[in-house]
Amino acid sequence: MLNSRTFRRQFINRFVLIISTLAALLGIVMLVWILGDVVLRGFGVINWNFFTELPVPPGEEGGGLANAIIGTLVMTIVAALMAVPVGVMAGTYLSEFGKHNLFGRLVRSLSDILVSAPSIVVGVFVYLIMVKTMGHFSGWAGSVSLAILMLPVVIRTTEEMLRLVPGEMRESALALGAPYWNMMMNIVFRAAKNGMATGIMLAVARVAGETAPLLFTAMNSPYWMQSMNEPMANLTVTLFNYAMSPYNDWQELAWGAAFLITVSVLCVNIITRLILSSGRSKP
Amino acid sequence: MSTASSGRPGFTADQLFRLLTAAFATFIAILFIVMLGVLWHESQPAIDKFGFSFLTSSDWNPVSNEYGALIAIIGTLLTTLVAMLVALPVSLGIALFLAEISPYWLRKPVGTAIELLAAIPSIVYGMWGLFVIVPIMADTVQPWLYDHFSFMPLFSTPPIGIGILTAGLVLALMIIPFIASITRDVFLMCPQNLKESAYGLGATNWEVVKDVMIPYGIKGIVGAIFLGLGRALGETMAVTFVIGNAYHLSWSLLAPGNSIASTLANEFTEADGKLYTSALIELGLVLFLITFIVLSIAEFWLHSTNKKRGA
Amino acid sequence: MTKTNKPDVKIAVRNLNFFYDNKQALFDNTLDIVANKVTAFIGPSGCGKSTHIRCYNRMFSLYKGHRGEGEILFDGENILDPKVPELQLRHRVGMIFQKPTPFPMTVYDNIAYGLRLHGNYPQSELDDRVEKALRDGALWDEVKDSLRKPGTALSGGQQQRLCIARAIAVQPEVILMDEPCSALDPIATAKIEELIDELKKKFTIVIVTHSMQQAARVSDYTAYFYLGKLIEYDDTQVIFTSPQNQKTEDYITGRFG
Repeated sequence: MLNSRTFRRQFINRFVLIISTLAALLGIVMLVWILGDVVLRGFGVINWNFFTELPVPPGEEGGGLANAIIGTLVMTIVAALMAVPVGVMAGTYLSEFGKHNLFGRLVRSLSDILVSAPSIVVGVFVYLIMVKTMGHFSGWAGSVSLAILMLPVVIRTTEEMLRLVPGEMRESALALGAPYWNMMMNIVFRAAKNGMATGIMLAVARVAGETAPLLFTAMNSPYWMQSMNEPMANLTVTLFNYAMSPYNDWQELAWGAAFLITVSVLCVNIITRLILSSGRSKP
Repeated sequence: MSTASSGRPGFTADQLFRLLTAAFATFIAILFIVMLGVLWHESQPAIDKFGFSFLTSSDWNPVSNEYGALIAIIGTLLTTLVAMLVALPVSLGIALFLAEISPYWLRKPVGTAIELLAAIPSIVYGMWGLFVIVPIMADTVQPWLYDHFSFMPLFSTPPIGIGILTAGLVLALMIIPFIASITRDVFLMCPQNLKESAYGLGATNWEVVKDVMIPYGIKGIVGAIFLGLGRALGETMAVTFVIGNAYHLSWSLLAPGNSIASTLANEFTEADGKLYTSALIELGLVLFLITFIVLSIAEFWLHSTNKKRGA
Repeated sequence: MTKTNKPDVKIAVRNLNFFYDNKQALFDNTLDIVANKVTAFIGPSGCGKSTHIRCYNRMFSLYKGHRGEGEILFDGENILDPKVPELQLRHRVGMIFQKPTPFPMTVYDNIAYGLRLHGNYPQSELDDRVEKALRDGALWDEVKDSLRKPGTALSGGQQQRLCIARAIAVQPEVILMDEPCSALDPIATAKIEELIDELKKKFTIVIVTHSMQQAARVSDYTAYFYLGKLIEYDDTQVIFTSPQNQKTEDYITGRFG
């Protein structure tokens, strides 16, 4: 009796172990598959022209996505300049003053929810408040939608990183007679700066790969950027348009763009991981 | 920073500091309310015209200026349902593997790989789905389903590669790493001594998982599932590439369809006419509200595990 | 039981009650801290000894729902009165914590941080004061060539002496030490204890410790706390050789609990 029971338990156990191992294997296979396709089909497209030239109409030789690369970089950086100061201040509130009070909890929950809110709705919102009122698509509008998407991530990252700074550190500074703001500026932010920087880098990288919020804000453009006040070329919308087009050479450029975006995002992720783990191993 | 004068001025500076950070924290709450308000205000023409029937009508016709959201809502729910059905068992399996089953040397690299998979932008999933998955679906999977199961309404339309099923699968791929890594973190919260006590009684891995780890982390797991659900409902790019963009009410998973997000992505810039735009904005509002509810549930469950842990 | 009418009382605590929200943590603590002496607070964990000294620099005011009632007369002035400015109070009362807390900056800047808070010194004077503080903290010889290295690069014992030097740099009158050696090895502990002996010439020191041996070694007076009440307070000699209270004796002799 006991043996058959034990046998059954072990059988079920084996079975679950195998299923779960297969699931993990499936995850890895998919990663390799997707990355493999992106690299195989995208890497060949990348050449000097890809980074230096404007796109050309389908059928013509050459051409690149230089304007889109610049556009994505500029819009992402401008978005970060808008979102980071606001997010750091709000995150500071959550970590220092709003730990337990109702308002703090509300802001924290709202940020968590907005982190996963549909980005296309943010695009619609920015279209309504900026594109519609200004009368045209613009790089500014694109940056604002990216900033709205970055903001909640920056808030939560800042809060978490500030919380990692031990309370004794704060009390030591205050015990010297430091005002709270001085203690935050000179001690706590300094102690948390690596973590905050890497967390913010991750948020920026994540948002840099967004497409949906740019569709109706920055839209796209086949030209060099003249100012932020006009439709602006960017990699993701270009990728979308080219991949959906019936032209083979455009589809190839789309693979090139996918390669560039994926590699950049993965690089930022891997580098920040390395920085964080090397920081953690120190005492 | 310049030297602070001690005494009274420090107090007012501190109050200013606190007020300033509070003001920025208020900003996100205001942003949220303004977003809701603007969407609500701008969808008024459509709300006035169609009222509640907007949600129940399957007629989406820019030519006759009739708009009903039913097809897009059903498309959103169906793709999400397919995605969750596929993603749930797989991501729970991955989480289990990473937290309890895998040999130690494998945990870090596999865990990192899964997290990296979650970092790849959704447009890459969508494009990859279009060029890689769609041909496979069109040539192999869907014909087989159609040949063997076309008596079921779910598989009753001819295979064309794109459609609800394909969109659901691509969506599943996108949320698997997301749910898996959160669930793994929840499993890892389970105290070692609790697990050891169960192993000490002679429990197998699976019994420890089933009887100790899952009950311990159940709230977090529910939260992770709802978080993945919220992501899937609102996802645009992974779906738009492969869903087919058709307004045709059908129960077949092989048929092309539309989700709320893909409708917006495809039609918003081209919409002419106040009512058309307003109907699209109302779609956006509906999506925002649905995801808000789902994500609030996620937040509630995830938050309650943290509280338990913090106590 | 308590000492009164001592000639040079630095801090006179009268009927101190302390609350965490509605939970009372200290009950009617009354005692005098004597100037230029070392007073040790002992007692089992959770007995309120840390809570008690955190009232001396009003550290509790950081947290919502923490409040102290009664009087703490610092040179005759009741510092529990919110009218007494916190920043100046903390200028006069330094504090050392359980874990060394070097700030994320250089050794030099760690010391200079407090100095810059309270005065506008020219560079040369700042240098002098940093050196003096490090000398007084018995750390100068070990770090004089690495003033520009991060404070976190020092060993645990050095870090704690850095914190002490940082606290004494601003020339407080009282130094509070909350289990300053509990994270240190015996050799580092011995150095800190030596330093405490030296420091009491200039400062009034209150030290919370979980080690009775340490209290016996470094202090002139010892107070025994139990469940938020001050059970006995006397010369250290008396407490450890002939305690008056049965509870104190039980704790001292290890029959506690």
